[in-house]
Amino acid sequence: MVSKTFTILNPTGFHVRPSKTFVQTATTFPCKVNVINKGKKVNGKSSLSMLTLGIAVNEEVTLEIDGEQEEQALETLGKLLTAIHE
Amino acid sequence: MTTLTGIAASPGIAIARAFLLSSERFIPVRQSVSDSSTEIARFREAVASSQTEIESLRISTEERLGADKAEIFEGHLMILEDPDLIDAIELKIDEDTMNAEFALYETAQTFIELLQSMDDELLRGRAVDIEDVCGRLMSHLRGIPHMDLAGMSEECIIVARDLTPSDTAQLNLDYVRGFITEVGSRTSHSAIMARSLEIPAIVGAGIAVQQIAAHTIVVVDANQGILHVNPTDEELEAYRALKQADDKRRAALGRLKELPTFSKDGKQVELAANIGKLEDIQRAIDNGAEGIGLFRTEFLYMGRSSLPTEEEQFTSYKYALEKMNPKPVVIRTLDIGGDKELPYMELPKESNQFLGQRALRLCLDRQELFRTQLRALLRASRYGNLKIMFPMIAVLEELLEAKQLLEEEKQRLLAEGVELGEHIEVGMMVEIPAAAIAADLFAPEVDFFSIGTNDLIQYTMAADRMNETVAYLYQPWHPSLLRLIRFVIQAAEKEGKWVGMCGEMAGDETAIPLLLGLGLHEFSMSAGSILPARELIGQLDQTAWCSHATNTLSMRNSQEITQFVQDIIKGVTHHG
Repeated sequence: MVSKTFTILNPTGFHVRPSKTFVQTATTFPCKVNVINKGKKVNGKSSLSMLTLGIAVNEEVTLEIDGEQEEQALETLGKLLTAIHE
Repeated sequence: MTTLTGIAASPGIAIARAFLLSSERFIPVRQSVSDSSTEIARFREAVASSQTEIESLRISTEERLGADKAEIFEGHLMILEDPDLIDAIELKIDEDTMNAEFALYETAQTFIELLQSMDDELLRGRAVDIEDVCGRLMSHLRGIPHMDLAGMSEECIIVARDLTPSDTAQLNLDYVRGFITEVGSRTSHSAIMARSLEIPAIVGAGIAVQQIAAHTIVVVDANQGILHVNPTDEELEAYRALKQADDKRRAALGRLKELPTFSKDGKQVELAANIGKLEDIQRAIDNGAEGIGLFRTEFLYMGRSSLPTEEEQFTSYKYALEKMNPKPVVIRTLDIGGDKELPYMELPKESNQFLGQRALRLCLDRQELFRTQLRALLRASRYGNLKIMFPMIAVLEELLEAKQLLEEEKQRLLAEGVELGEHIEVGMMVEIPAAAIAADLFAPEVDFFSIGTNDLIQYTMAADRMNETVAYLYQPWHPSLLRLIRFVIQAAEKEGKWVGMCGEMAGDETAIPLLLGLGLHEFSMSAGSILPARELIGQLDQTAWCSHATNTLSMRNSQEITQFVQDIIKGVTHHG
């Protein structure tokens, strides 16, 4: 398992659109993707669960990835978390 | 024809066919299934049919309205593929031998409630998407065609149990002519929305609303709070004529738009608008507002994930002041806490939110938050006629402390060389009985008072205005209220200060004559109420109403008072 913490820089937080891209990308990996924010852990392949986190700008988000291609997933998804969307 | 009565929430007459919003929310019964694998197969089939349907909806929308409008359906497809939703439903069917309908309902509800509880408007919007998708799934499971809110294609009157903020946000104003709700009051969200959208609405019409069948012709007479279901041709004809006359009268009111407000005997008052967001300013101007009597600043803080910066606030205030200049704009400092939550502020839960750390109480505790707003207001002051108003003051010390903070920020800005407006009036809301009863102690320290009747009534009567069982205590015309109002006005007059009112009562046609008689200077109301109020005041003799109002103060109850007022207005000689 690999794990790393990122800080959200997107000014409007990590809402509908960024979250959609994230989930679509996460789904392409065979490994298990967990997203942790404000003490809550959810499935990174579920857009609904991701939304319920209400991730805001400047917040910390930890990725916990386990399984096949975990290193690659961590790198790709980490980039999405710190990117400026919209 | 069936006639129902409710609360007239937003005036006007509308005639159209009923569109039932409530029928979209089907609540299934929990059943036990003997063969869960068949049930799961049935569920998967419903998912597949929904996918096909949404996909074709996506394609047709893209062709018709473009890719950005179709994007919402991509989101819907993602919901159908969401592992946390689908797996949870299948798990319930498999392990709890639950029927698919109930498993779907229960799982969807968990997500809907989670999202609806969030403060972010965008996220709450997603709850509607889940409802939409799961409603579609449910229709397939039940073998009933799915009804689409977006698919509205003819003029209609929305009939619903209640309209949530998200429902009203979705209303297609090209087709929606009016609405009727089963629950609610004049101050509920749906009523306030109807007035700001200027569509006729009746709220709180009771469970009889459930009897209205889809597509029935409904006449909403929101001037009287009456609705007629399924009228005969003759009746329909009569209402069409009535509607025409009513529409004409509304147009005639348009002539009063540019005029100041005078009573029949020449006493001038000011009619202003209450606004809650920047877009409301245009509507206020269009309706002949002589100023903004209440600019609620909460919108700047809500629907986001962190506090607005000084710069963001400054831009909004400057916009409002410039747009109204030279007319006055009364900006109320943050009124948050209690029932209006901001998740990012992590406010502690309170056992009685209306009696807790709300509004100014919170601002005095979290001074940085308050100082940021004060600086933004001061910086914007030179762009128009700004008046600053503090909410929820109970004791003099609170007012003095708020003024002290304002003065400190003013001195800091001046030291930084920032140009400020020449004279910025500072006032307070009178919405706590303690402040009303001691108005004479406050009057020397303010430039104006603005009576917030919604809260003042609630606190005076000790009755939650959202609680229908005690709704009868929401009595704006009760002698207790009128006496408080008179005392506040007299206390202000002694100090040469002016008094406004920014609650719902200020726009009420029965209250206006009394308030005019009691000497109220400024009436701030929903924009749509301004022109009828101006017309009404033009027909009233202020001197005569001064003594009428004094008479009402010794009456025994609200009903006696309203009857008395209405009799005089109708020209009936009540007193010899």
